[in-house]
Amino acid sequence: MNAASRVQTWIDERLNLDEALSPLREKTVPVHRYSSWYFLGGLTLFLFLVQLFTGVLLLLYYHASAGEAFESVQNITNRVQFGWLIRSLHSWSANLMVFCAFAHMFSVALARAYRKPRELTWISGVILLFLVLGFGFSGYLLPWNTRAYFATKVGTEVAGQVPVVGRAIMIFMRGGEDVSGATLTRFFGLHVAVLPALAIGMLISHLLLVQKFGTSVPVSVEKEWDENPERRKEMRFFPNFFLRELIGWYIALAVLVVLAVFFPWELGTKADPFSPAPPGIKPEWYFLAQFQTLKLLPAHILHLDGELLGILGFGLGGALWLGLPFIEVFAGARRVRWVKIGILFVLIYLAGMSVVGYVAR
Amino acid sequence: MLACLVLLVPCVLAESAKNACVDCHAKLEGRLKIVVDETAAGVHGHKGMSCTTCHGGNAEDEARAKAPGSGFRGHIARSQVTELCGSCHADGSRMKTFNPSLRTDQLSLYHTSVHGMKRAQGDEHVAVCTDCHGVHDVLPASDTRSPVHPLNVANTCQRCHSDSELMKTYKLASAQFKDYSESVHHEAMAARGDLSAPTCSTCHGSHGAIPPGAGSVANVCATCHVLQAQFFNESVHKEAFPEGCATCHGSHKIKHPDDDFVGLAKGAACAECHSADDESGRTAQAIHDHLRRLEGQVADAAQLLDRATRAGMDVADAELQLAQAKESLTKARVRVHTASLARVDAELDAGITVAAKARSSAEEALHERTRRRKELIVPLTALLAVVVSLGAYIRELERNGRE
Repeated sequence: MNAASRVQTWIDERLNLDEALSPLREKTVPVHRYSSWYFLGGLTLFLFLVQLFTGVLLLLYYHASAGEAFESVQNITNRVQFGWLIRSLHSWSANLMVFCAFAHMFSVALARAYRKPRELTWISGVILLFLVLGFGFSGYLLPWNTRAYFATKVGTEVAGQVPVVGRAIMIFMRGGEDVSGATLTRFFGLHVAVLPALAIGMLISHLLLVQKFGTSVPVSVEKEWDENPERRKEMRFFPNFFLRELIGWYIALAVLVVLAVFFPWELGTKADPFSPAPPGIKPEWYFLAQFQTLKLLPAHILHLDGELLGILGFGLGGALWLGLPFIEVFAGARRVRWVKIGILFVLIYLAGMSVVGYVAR
Repeated sequence: MLACLVLLVPCVLAESAKNACVDCHAKLEGRLKIVVDETAAGVHGHKGMSCTTCHGGNAEDEARAKAPGSGFRGHIARSQVTELCGSCHADGSRMKTFNPSLRTDQLSLYHTSVHGMKRAQGDEHVAVCTDCHGVHDVLPASDTRSPVHPLNVANTCQRCHSDSELMKTYKLASAQFKDYSESVHHEAMAARGDLSAPTCSTCHGSHGAIPPGAGSVANVCATCHVLQAQFFNESVHKEAFPEGCATCHGSHKIKHPDDDFVGLAKGAACAECHSADDESGRTAQAIHDHLRRLEGQVADAAQLLDRATRAGMDVADAELQLAQAKESLTKARVRVHTASLARVDAELDAGITVAAKARSSAEEALHERTRRRKELIVPLTALLAVVVSLGAYIRELERNGRE
């Protein structure tokens, strides 16, 4: 018996890991023409791990104050050994993570994988996406550059439009009337403590639910398999699927490194709260659709404030999206097609409006 | 009933605020026709004044509008305008009831101006208050619609000073406005909206307008161009050029001077007096060449920094160095007024040093970018090897599994 086996035996005798891990060994993944979509969840998880790793490294040198934040990021980029790489990896993986999370969510929605008994898996996933967007919004301000400062100003102003509690939310987010050092401190706390704690908790729940209910098979494939049981194909999660997943992670890492080296993340100029907002200020791409919608809405719709209606619409849309599994049940089997069309509409709308927002001046 | 009363109150008040002057003048023709109370829109109207403040009479009772004892003055002759305006504007105790910080020396300054002196001699053509400020609808000078707002002053002055026939009678040139319109000062004011840029009144004064004499031109320019004037006063040119700044730069048509303004090339100011045959001429050419050298180095460093920035490299420190080099170049250009190569070079040398540092930083950034791209091959090869190995391992694993 070699040293590694002896250590494993020693641990097993005490923790009985073999038994604890047995469900994972028994776990299988369905194999069919849509199987490649299953990798998106794992890819999002990998990018989240990259975020955690690079984020902790950035924390070693970052100073969360309006007077020092920009200079500390400059120091990370220019002087700290491989600081430029870590910062660029953090920024690029954040964006790729948001993209993968969206792609994963829409693949799940279009495959109707939220069906009973996976409603809670869907809800935990959507909450995770909201948390990821929260990471993006709070992290964007941390370098304290001009673009981030004014984009945060616009973003928190939008939150301030919510009826009744809007102003209180805005002041709570900003730590005062305007975006200032107090906002930076709050966003920093949110970004490195509150959101990671919530996200890790929610991620564990999501993974446990995935483990409990197994991997969903699209309705069309399920039907085919029911008609021809001999076509049913599965592979073991460990090691077959996991190793394939690992290949995806390594490729993602290679893409990240190439992006970081060829397109280092720009730092811009230090935020000056007393200077006028630069023209054409826009939020990050994943908020562009909402931003562009609010821009295009008329000032008044049926005597009501257009922007307010837009914000209420997004709130309602988010709530409906969260409750998608129940909407399908409520709609009944005959109207499932309309639910699918609705999902497609949301996808096309968000993608289209993001493109319009990107090219708009 | 109460509602009717409430609605009637504004109507009654409006009726009581009626202006009999306008009511009557609306029916008249020609110059006397006035259909609205023009004063109301101006600064005087806002302070509660009306027609009767200047013209006297009774504005509330049409029948007694010009009645004896009402102080009715009717038409105010040009010869009376300045004294009439001054009756309030030179009265400190009255003016401070409106605004304690208002000046009250306009009338006394006017008397010292060429306009005022000519007026005192009975000249009816020179400017009086209303020619510049307007008649009934006088606006504060801070209002962009006012003819005396900084943006409009030159246009107001040129109404008379571009009239060649009128100016001939005073033996004055009439091209000042045209010349000023082509100047760097006008560009700053009109194109960039820089209200601190000089207009006619900045150099000539407003109420006490007078052409600056030859000896005081430099003083006028020095109010803004402090260092240039100081260096000029320390130079050998101070004694040689009694007209000071205007000798090289002109007066109204002041162009933006570039480095070719110095030296011996065609169009250079120095070449007007110096040539390559004299020591000063060679100094002027050397100053030009040295300025050009730093300018070239700054442009070169800026181009490299731009390339590095576009490549995604952070070159903030180098940009700061480049800004310092540009600042040195600006300071050296100001030092040209000393006419001393040594003093210009002292500033240029500092600029050359930091420009070289900026260039070196930019080159380092570009080298670093290239190094990073080259070194990328190592992790990419390692990752590719892992991916290929994993692929092979999976194939092997599944083949064994099938067997």
